Amino acid sequence: MTPQDLQAIRNIIARAKRWDAFFGVLGILALMVGVLTFMTLFVDMAIQGMGRIDVGFFTNFPSRHAGQAGILSAWVGTVLVMIVTGLAAVPLGVAAGVYLEEYAPKHWVTDLIEINITNLAGVPSIVYGLLALGLFVYQFGLGQSILSAGLTLALLILPVVIVATREAIRSIPQIIREGSYACGATNWQTVRDHILPYSSAGILTGVIIGMARAIGETAPIITIGALTFIAFLPPLPFAGEPPAGLFDWLFAPFTVMPIQMFNWTSRPEAAFQANAAAAGFILVLMTLAMNGAAIWLRYRLRKNITW
Amino acid sequence: MSGLIVHPFSTRIMSTTVTVPPVPPTANVSDRLRKKASRHIKERFIEALLFCAALISVFTTAAIVYILVKESWIFFEAVPLSRFLFDTQWTPLFDDAHYGIMVLLSGTITSSAVALAVAIPLGTIIAIYLSEFAPFKVREIAKPFLELLGGVPTIVYGYFALVFLTPLLQKIYPELPGFNLLSAGLIMGVMIIPYVASLSEDAMRAVPMALREGSYAMGATRLQTALRVVMPAATSGIASAYILGISRAVGETMILAVAAGMQPNLTFNPTESGATITSYIVQVALGDLPHGSIGYQTIFAAGLSLLLLTLMFNLLGHYLRKRFREVY
Repeated sequence: MTPQDLQAIRNIIARAKRWDAFFGVLGILALMVGVLTFMTLFVDMAIQGMGRIDVGFFTNFPSRHAGQAGILSAWVGTVLVMIVTGLAAVPLGVAAGVYLEEYAPKHWVTDLIEINITNLAGVPSIVYGLLALGLFVYQFGLGQSILSAGLTLALLILPVVIVATREAIRSIPQIIREGSYACGATNWQTVRDHILPYSSAGILTGVIIGMARAIGETAPIITIGALTFIAFLPPLPFAGEPPAGLFDWLFAPFTVMPIQMFNWTSRPEAAFQANAAAAGFILVLMTLAMNGAAIWLRYRLRKNITW
Repeated sequence: MSGLIVHPFSTRIMSTTVTVPPVPPTANVSDRLRKKASRHIKERFIEALLFCAALISVFTTAAIVYILVKESWIFFEAVPLSRFLFDTQWTPLFDDAHYGIMVLLSGTITSSAVALAVAIPLGTIIAIYLSEFAPFKVREIAKPFLELLGGVPTIVYGYFALVFLTPLLQKIYPELPGFNLLSAGLIMGVMIIPYVASLSEDAMRAVPMALREGSYAMGATRLQTALRVVMPAATSGIASAYILGISRAVGETMILAVAAGMQPNLTFNPTESGATITSYIVQVALGDLPHGSIGYQTIFAAGLSLLLLTLMFNLLGHYLRKRFREVY
């Protein structure tokens, strides 16, 4: 090997190492694009909207005067819709997840269900809106109500809940089930006393992530025709016009946070843009808090559970 | 469980510690049998209940297809398919109505192309960095952060594109209109980065360590290993991540409805404003057209086109992921 050859080899190695170091920097820069965009978005909205956030902003109805407008009907609507979504999506999603993991035999019906869940996770949210418009609003006659919106979002997050449930259940070792069966427990007793309690934290993580997604969803709710200008609250139980009932609020017209924000964003006046920023800031804080809680829960789960 | 099962021969052994009261064997057995039958029925009932919950997903898919086909049927009875596919104007609300889906499709394709031009390179670089380069601590912080980024409501991204990014771009390129596909597409790209990055990273992490060790043993650097060993081995997984990214971009609604304007415009120029399939649906839903009119039924025809488009991508992605799972 001549000294020239050695030098050439050294050059090749040095070049490869330079590229390697360069890519290490490039990777961090690429990550920074995401981080910076998010930071800018968050800080910009905070600066634009902070002046509008006070007690009145939470206790006022939307108004033609930007300075007096608030998000009362929007956040109440969001909370009520989320209650319906949670009550519908959690039992259905967990039950479906348990069935697929603990009961389902290996045949074409199970395959069909699994393919369907994968596909539904990829259907654009606006298509769920069209489904709800055709099915809940016109076919079932539920109208443009809290019930329609809650059920629509429940269908939308169902795949998230199912997948999270399945993953949580799958991480439980087989020994637990065998121990339970050996004591004479039935399938359902095993699920109720062992599988569900042990997987509950994992399921909760998935539910929180799904609900965080549902809170920010705008398109399907616009599609079912939620009104954007609502200056009243849904009736309290037994408080509406007779015949008043416990569940009148389910059928009330409503608005939610993202729709209120969309409404303000699409107005030309600058004052309403500040309202939009304030509403957006609160919305981002809500989803951040929920996603953060889910991530923290998962982190603790991974650290604390040793089978 | 009250029915203690006592083996006839075991009493002798157990008598040293516990005295087992004599149980009439016949009563015990019939008791157990009755119990078993009721238990069996209850078990079957619960299983059926759980099965019904799982079947909801099938019903949802069926309902989506049924509603979209049924409602667009009204539209396609009035407008022949050829005019829907080949007309170059989309003016369903004018007296001289045209229904060319190509116009909306061009907006969807243009904005998606811009988004993917951002998301695919950045997402891939982040995936390579996180899977091959990043120290454990960086990865532990970066992955949850990416997840948070993916959890921001799209309406907020739309607001950001309209109020922050468009004025910024106008400083560089003054002729840019206030509503344009470019800034909407760019922000949409940032929104899709987390999906592309985390799915591609999963695919790369699934590549067996032995392949990397072989490459390092030959003296390759991390970058050479990543580009020539890990990425080729994870190709189908990465491809499926890209395809899911595409399907996200095609189905995204609010960013475009807010920041791209809702003017139907047959163009592939991202610096113009335009409507996409999704933002058109929002526009009609916000208006006051009566249900059953042709103008209103257009949204179901548009929705059906959108569903077919994303279904195609999803199936392709699903197929590729299946293939990539079978490799190892």
